[in-house]
Amino acid sequence: MSDLVFTDSDFEEQVLKSEMPVVVDFWAPWCAPCRIVTPIIEELATEYEGKIKVGKMNVDDNPNFPSQYGIMSIPSILIFKNGAPVKTMIGAQSKDNYRKGIDELLG
Amino acid sequence: MIGIIGNIMNYDVIIIGSGPAGLTAAIYATRANLKTLLIAGGKWGGQLMLTTVVDNYPGFPEGIQGPDLMMAMRKQAERFGTEFVDEDFEHGDFGTKPFKINVGGKTYQSKSVIIATGADTKWLDVSGEKEKIGRGVSSCAPCDAFFFKNKKVIVVGGGDSAMEEALVLANFATEITLVHRSESLRASQIMQDKVKNNPKIKIVLNTEVASILGESNVTGVELKNNKTNETSKMDIDGVFVAIGHIPNSMKFKGIEADEKGYIKVDNHYRTNIDGVFVSGDVHDSHYKQAVTAAGFGCAAALEVDHYLRGLD
Repeated sequence: MSDLVFTDSDFEEQVLKSEMPVVVDFWAPWCAPCRIVTPIIEELATEYEGKIKVGKMNVDDNPNFPSQYGIMSIPSILIFKNGAPVKTMIGAQSKDNYRKGIDELLG
Repeated sequence: MIGIIGNIMNYDVIIIGSGPAGLTAAIYATRANLKTLLIAGGKWGGQLMLTTVVDNYPGFPEGIQGPDLMMAMRKQAERFGTEFVDEDFEHGDFGTKPFKINVGGKTYQSKSVIIATGADTKWLDVSGEKEKIGRGVSSCAPCDAFFFKNKKVIVVGGGDSAMEEALVLANFATEITLVHRSESLRASQIMQDKVKNNPKIKIVLNTEVASILGESNVTGVELKNNKTNETSKMDIDGVFVAIGHIPNSMKFKGIEADEKGYIKVDNHYRTNIDGVFVSGDVHDSHYKQAVTAAGFGCAAALEVDHYLRGLD
């Protein structure tokens, strides 16, 4: 399974109602630092297949959920569990940092 | 020449930092056949990762995106065999040789070290700031300006980077107030002119931010005129901080720095400790350019090579 694309219309179904924890990468095409995160997110999707769901959300095309979660800086990675954000990582970070954030949640 | 004792890895040179200085040093060190480890940090790439187009790096006539330039430098360093650790430097023992560097719970040993940790955003250090970083407080207009579409913001600072932030924000925000504590701006004339000619940007001088207001997000600031001591409140949605940078030298115990934190350099990029070299913004209080940092990185790596040959 590769990474997914979330939108305002399927966010509730895909993220909030998901049984697995979900990693959401909030990004936009104009955001240069976001380009560094994109390939990392794709790799994490493969690495954690079956354990977590991983996807991207374009904040330009989807104004509702990003503002609901107070996204004012991208790239921002939020990890959702049982319908709520449980971890926020602002700014482009290393794969190891993201891995640590995910591993903490998986226990 | 190189071996593994127990599970401690040994290197010819460990470079700490992954901006233009560190990555250029890595390119030169690996090409000189030195076994090289680069401690890149959890957020790698340095200040250029927070920029958009870089128009003054030679070789890119149309300009290049800062993050793209850094990714290219990293690939180049990897191509010649630089090993990377994407974790933050914790501490180093520079008292005995080989030097010991601790990162991510592991210890690495090296005959030489290049400190290239650069400089970080200097925040205002006022109440209400720290907890609202990413919630209206930012140091990266190219990353965050979009979220201030049709909103009011202030930019704090009087140098080129403050002008740049204000101009990027002018594409999105309705009103930008540039707040600077001195009598006049210190930005280059070309940048000052761009700002002064932009109808959305207003300049307020002799003024400092006293506090940042708001519960979870920024809703305003308290300003203080440092000539009259008058304070005033201003309703705004964002604060962009561009008052300069602080050299990242704090974690290097035993390495001499000046009163501002810049690592002291002897001739040829040597620090006070034999075998420990320095390059880039962590020692350079003067030029602070991507291309000078890259040049310093090159010089430091050449010095390391020279130093190690003397040791053998």
